[in-house]
Amino acid sequence: MFIGKSVPRVDAHDKATGRTKYADDLCDKRAFIAKILHAPVAHAYVKSIDISEAEQVPGVVKVLTCFDVPEQPFPTAGHPWSTDPSHQDIADRHLLTRHVRYYGDDVAAVVAEDEVAAVRALKKIKVEYEELPFVLDAQEAMKDGAPLLHKKFPNNILKHTSSSQGNYEEAIKEPGLIRVEGWYDTPTVQHCHIENAVCFAYQENEKTVVVASTQIPHIVRRVIGQALGIPWGDVRVIKPYIGGGFGNKQDVLYEPLCAWLSRQVGGRLVKLECTREETFRNNRVRHAIHSHIISYVRPDGTLVARKLEAFSNQGAYASHGHAIAAKGMGAFARLYPCPNVECDAYTVFTNIQPGGAMRSYGMAQAGFANAAHTDDIAAALHMDPLELNRKILMKKGYVDNFYKLELYNDTFNQCLDKGAAWIDYERKHKEYEHQTGNIRRGIGVAPLWYNTAVWPISLETSSCRMVVNQDGSVQVQVGETEIGQGADTAYTQMTADTLGVPLEKVHVVSCQDTDVTPFGLGAYASRQTYTAGMAIRGCAEDLRDKILNVAYRYTRMQPYLMDIVDGNIIRTTDGRVLMSLGELATTALYDLENSIHLTMEKTTQIKSNAYSFGVCFAEVEVDIAMCKVKLLNIINVHDCGTLINPTLAKAQVEGGMSMGIGYALSECMLYDKKTGKLLNGNLLDYKLSTFMDHPHLEAQFVENPEPTSAYGTKALGEPPVVPVAPAIRAAIRQATGVPLYNVPMNPHQLFKRFSEEGLI
Amino acid sequence: MTDAEVTRQFKQVTCTINGKKRTAIVDVRASLTDMLRDDYRLTSVKKGCEVGECGACTVLIDGEAFDSCIYLAIWADGKDIITLEGLEGPNGELSDIQQAFIDEAAIQCGFCSPGFILSAKEILDSGELYTDAELRKLLSGHLCRCTGYENILRAVKKTMYKRLGKQLPEVLIE
Repeated sequence: MFIGKSVPRVDAHDKATGRTKYADDLCDKRAFIAKILHAPVAHAYVKSIDISEAEQVPGVVKVLTCFDVPEQPFPTAGHPWSTDPSHQDIADRHLLTRHVRYYGDDVAAVVAEDEVAAVRALKKIKVEYEELPFVLDAQEAMKDGAPLLHKKFPNNILKHTSSSQGNYEEAIKEPGLIRVEGWYDTPTVQHCHIENAVCFAYQENEKTVVVASTQIPHIVRRVIGQALGIPWGDVRVIKPYIGGGFGNKQDVLYEPLCAWLSRQVGGRLVKLECTREETFRNNRVRHAIHSHIISYVRPDGTLVARKLEAFSNQGAYASHGHAIAAKGMGAFARLYPCPNVECDAYTVFTNIQPGGAMRSYGMAQAGFANAAHTDDIAAALHMDPLELNRKILMKKGYVDNFYKLELYNDTFNQCLDKGAAWIDYERKHKEYEHQTGNIRRGIGVAPLWYNTAVWPISLETSSCRMVVNQDGSVQVQVGETEIGQGADTAYTQMTADTLGVPLEKVHVVSCQDTDVTPFGLGAYASRQTYTAGMAIRGCAEDLRDKILNVAYRYTRMQPYLMDIVDGNIIRTTDGRVLMSLGELATTALYDLENSIHLTMEKTTQIKSNAYSFGVCFAEVEVDIAMCKVKLLNIINVHDCGTLINPTLAKAQVEGGMSMGIGYALSECMLYDKKTGKLLNGNLLDYKLSTFMDHPHLEAQFVENPEPTSAYGTKALGEPPVVPVAPAIRAAIRQATGVPLYNVPMNPHQLFKRFSEEGLI
Repeated sequence: MTDAEVTRQFKQVTCTINGKKRTAIVDVRASLTDMLRDDYRLTSVKKGCEVGECGACTVLIDGEAFDSCIYLAIWADGKDIITLEGLEGPNGELSDIQQAFIDEAAIQCGFCSPGFILSAKEILDSGELYTDAELRKLLSGHLCRCTGYENILRAVKKTMYKRLGKQLPEVLIE
């Protein structure tokens, strides 16, 4: 059995030798190069565009503007399509726009023989703008009289949803309650996958073929069809290996524009590659969210009534929209259950680039607010935050009626025990109380809650195809994508176990090609080991049945007396090997009477979901005078169910922790208040974690197999990022007594807060 | 001079690439990344920023790790260049550091891996024994968003100890 074993990644060899081909590596060097003209204003109407000089630049093939593109708008979110119009994503994008809604919006494009000619031509395009006032902050944008981005959305409110349970107003009348209130602000940040978004398009056999660095090839195909107004079957999307995505590539980026540009030049090969600066400025970002939380608690920590208001900065276009803030709102009432809760979440258009999906989909923001607020409650009650968390976190037996979920195990306490033991929480927490002096240490803890996949909010479906070769090896295809997380390796292990073949006999086809690969939704919502796992198991079991039925012809043994073990057809009653799977496949395929190819294809719809859990403990040293935080120790403990591949699971956690540390301490996109321009859109000025920015990352697990899952697994890809920032925040508070309310907790923020609190 | 009057200038560049003497006529404005990717199709040389921030395009020039995106192709004349393709033996044998990246699960999306492996080679070829802090600094010219750098450090450190014939410390990463 291979599940639970740390087998090497199936793609590691090629990646270690430089053989792996990413999108740009596959593009013929004769491709025309497309470049986009980005508006140098935050909000404006394009009055006119003069392309006459640009067209004269040697090497220019075609110049196109926002006045040339199809009229119909299209959505970009990497969500499954809904046949119910009320559940469809908001279609508010055009390939190029006449209404500039953020600094850098796309107004024209050049196709040229090479990059130099394309860039030169961009400079020759003359655009006349009618400038409009702009707004960058979500709450400012909601005010009456604020600049309006989309006519259909008054006060720029894309969506406002409320949820409540119990009776908040009545509950807070209970005598003796302690009121704790806070505003928790998280910044706009970017995914920073090392491969920029890139795609190329060409016409072949009257189809528009697009090769793209994307997490969601089948969804990209649909959106290209919608954007260009062509039948979806006329579009073929190919997804090769990609250099990271983290949710940015769970949006449709420039694939439709590239496809359209190719069609404007007779279907010739056109490549559109974002520069790093474009990836920062024109791709998606994590939404900045202001969260306002009020809690009424008893002196023993019991939560009596709570209220949350969240204001999510959507930026200029709907993209994933309200789904992010709504998910955070859902977590608020579940992570720390309370009988009386009122929640309001607003998603608001502003004149910054659009927010989309990013690893943890709103939970990094909501998780920070929620866990930080718990830490504030602990401080107000003079309680140990660990003790308070144990008291108020979701308990074993908790049932979620919406998602039809249950907390089957005492997971949080198991995770907390493990984390506390590794970091020596009890001793250090005691030791670090009442410190004085400039250098002080602190220790903090924060939990996380996460869903696996998106049912019942949206469709969950996954398809799998298996083809047995004459030698008994098997090709496996799913629409669920390898984006660096190790999905292909997990699929290999699953297939080998369920089908009963050796690991090296399983060949996962990594590349998705929408003309060939069965339908799948792609990499998001930490769904793939859960959803593709079900598709793989379903397909492999059916294939196994088919194989044993075919084997009956040649062995004359009843199918129920046989099994496939280690690539052989065996008789279960005595373990005798009857024939190898290879012999059977060859015999059956070349049978002159009754040829049969051993293949199977199966679609599985998933109508369940699973909670995933974890905790983070962080220990810091704060230099008060320097307003600097040094992370000394950090551990994440996760319960993601059964580990398919412990080493790769650990690697996922480490990567998420690193992203969480950057989020906590240094990452932040800065926009010029006077112009709306992104000020630090490059890898030098934007401070993601480098090799020197964190200590050893300790990743541990509690393995409670998920009962609803084909292989006992549940979400792991995204969760690790969530609890890091609030754990670090709690550690800083213990060290200094100062609670911080803004992420990132960089020296600027510490200086402000230490000044306010009289520490410096 | 207007753009239309700018004529492209080319120069012949002869250098050793992965052990073989090679000559190409390159645009004088081309970066070494462009030359290696476009003229020699050495696509392990990755483009992540093209301004020397991310390290994905790292190659060894006379044994020293450089960001090839900010190194002009014409400067490579007479130099000895190694890309990741050059580390494999004639029969596909992997070098110790490539094997270590596989064994330690130091590779995820793989886009930063070629650059990291080449910088690691420079570090290991020095024959020095470095502390964790020194290794982190020496490798800090490379950005990785997938791994948290943990397994990359393990791979480099284990290979370093192995090459020097030293016993690995009990706690691998401090």
